[in-house]
Amino acid sequence: MYEDDPKDIPATRYSLSALLRPPSLLRLGLIGGALAAVVVCFAWAAGWLAPGRLDQARIINAFEAANRPQQPGFRRNHAKGVCLTGWFDSNGAAAGYSKAVVFQPGRVPVFGRLAMAGGMPRAPDNPKTVRSMALNFNLPNGEVWRTGMNDIPVFTVNTAQGFYDQQNANMPDPKTHKPDPLALKAFLAAHPEAVQATSIIKSHPFAADFANSTFNSLNAFRFLDTAGHVTPVRWAMVPEDQFVPEAAAPPKGANYLFDQLIARIDKGPARWHLIVTIGQPGDPTRDVTVQWRNDRKKIDAGTLTITTIASEATGNCRDINFDPLVLPAGIAPSDDPLLSLRSAAYAVSFTRRAGEPKMPSAVQLATGRAH
Amino acid sequence: MSDRFPLLSRILHWVMAVLILTMLFIGIAMVASLSDYHRLVAIHKPLGILILVLVAIRLINRLLNPPPPLPAGMPGFLRFAAHASHWLLYSLMFALPLVGWGMLSAAGYPIALVGDWHLPSILPHNVALYAFLRALHTVLAFLLFGTFIAHLGAALTHAFVFKDGVFRSMAS
Repeated sequence: MYEDDPKDIPATRYSLSALLRPPSLLRLGLIGGALAAVVVCFAWAAGWLAPGRLDQARIINAFEAANRPQQPGFRRNHAKGVCLTGWFDSNGAAAGYSKAVVFQPGRVPVFGRLAMAGGMPRAPDNPKTVRSMALNFNLPNGEVWRTGMNDIPVFTVNTAQGFYDQQNANMPDPKTHKPDPLALKAFLAAHPEAVQATSIIKSHPFAADFANSTFNSLNAFRFLDTAGHVTPVRWAMVPEDQFVPEAAAPPKGANYLFDQLIARIDKGPARWHLIVTIGQPGDPTRDVTVQWRNDRKKIDAGTLTITTIASEATGNCRDINFDPLVLPAGIAPSDDPLLSLRSAAYAVSFTRRAGEPKMPSAVQLATGRAH
Repeated sequence: MSDRFPLLSRILHWVMAVLILTMLFIGIAMVASLSDYHRLVAIHKPLGILILVLVAIRLINRLLNPPPPLPAGMPGFLRFAAHASHWLLYSLMFALPLVGWGMLSAAGYPIALVGDWHLPSILPHNVALYAFLRALHTVLAFLLFGTFIAHLGAALTHAFVFKDGVFRSMAS
């Protein structure tokens, strides 16, 4: 391309009449076309050219649509919960599989949240509602590990589309306030994995309390050791409190599960063991609806001790996104697409509620109860 | 005085051009993506900090090695547009990573980069502040993309319409 010496450029070259000459106009048009092409590429990357595509916002919009009226300030799912604090004592047993600092022998401080699935923060406790345990481990080197676990053995769907289809099948009809049975039937017909997973879930009775519930990672992850060896794993928090199945006639009270939890911690700390299941080559890591064989090796990696329960409040577990992909070096995501889905959807839920006014949570304690 | 940018300035310019354009595309794609969200975030964070480091080096370099003068015949309003858009670009190159770092801090996220390497929080944990900074990050990113488009358009106009040596001063 020919260019003149900048010192010799006459001012007339920048004049409007110079730009309006046909050769200049043609070139300006081509430049405009090039810029437009870049903008179109950007719009494509943003997904604006495929408005029907399933994206993060649609997943959270579906939660909001299913939970009217709007519940500003609360999580779009697992909206009802309490905060916990305690610690994790690692015994070093998992250190051979993962170089994560959390698995070195020693104690790390933990905070977290126990909650019930569903988008209504004042829904009455129901023994058949899925319960969750979310934890944040603050490691001594400044790293953080977060995990969100549920008290069901498998999840019902194994893809983002399956999850969205399930959301829509369970969407309450505006008139009857109940899901449309035909939509549910159509969903199950299209998702045999959900039928199978539901039967596994139904074969496991729910526990009577939070404190004797087992919480499962559901998704598979990968442990990486210092030599770079990769091990597929799943984990669970298994309670020391003896399992008692839910009563046929559960106690009265809108918050009875949380009240029982508070009373339990009033009596003394509750403990869970972090049980890591070591997967074998071929074990499905991208299908959260399928259990691994029961004979897989299990490691007791350490003990979680919960000493304090507190109401959700400014700056505590309420204001934390328990993104299951906040992982320390030594723990990595598997190829399970639901992990990225969870990370993405939690981020949208967190960002939306962060900007909303806050109301007191349903479960209120005078102060944190501790021992 | 040379009529071209010094070599270090040209290297920094083109390396950062690629990084920033990549960053803008990753950013806009990741906030919609489901299956690739985590992969994209894992690139976005360390790349943002790399850009912050590079723009700091670049600012020092610019003060030590000033750019060549614009052509003497360039009218005042074009000179103003050139200077203003460059300082806007510099401001945004600093602001976007800093707002990103700040918003992760205010959200209580660890600022994990690569392996176990992470940065400290630079703001207190405050979700209202997070919500503000998260929105600001988006606004500034669109402003940067718009400024980039204007910058690219101006560069091509210098190269193919004005043919005044301004494009050559940074090209190659």
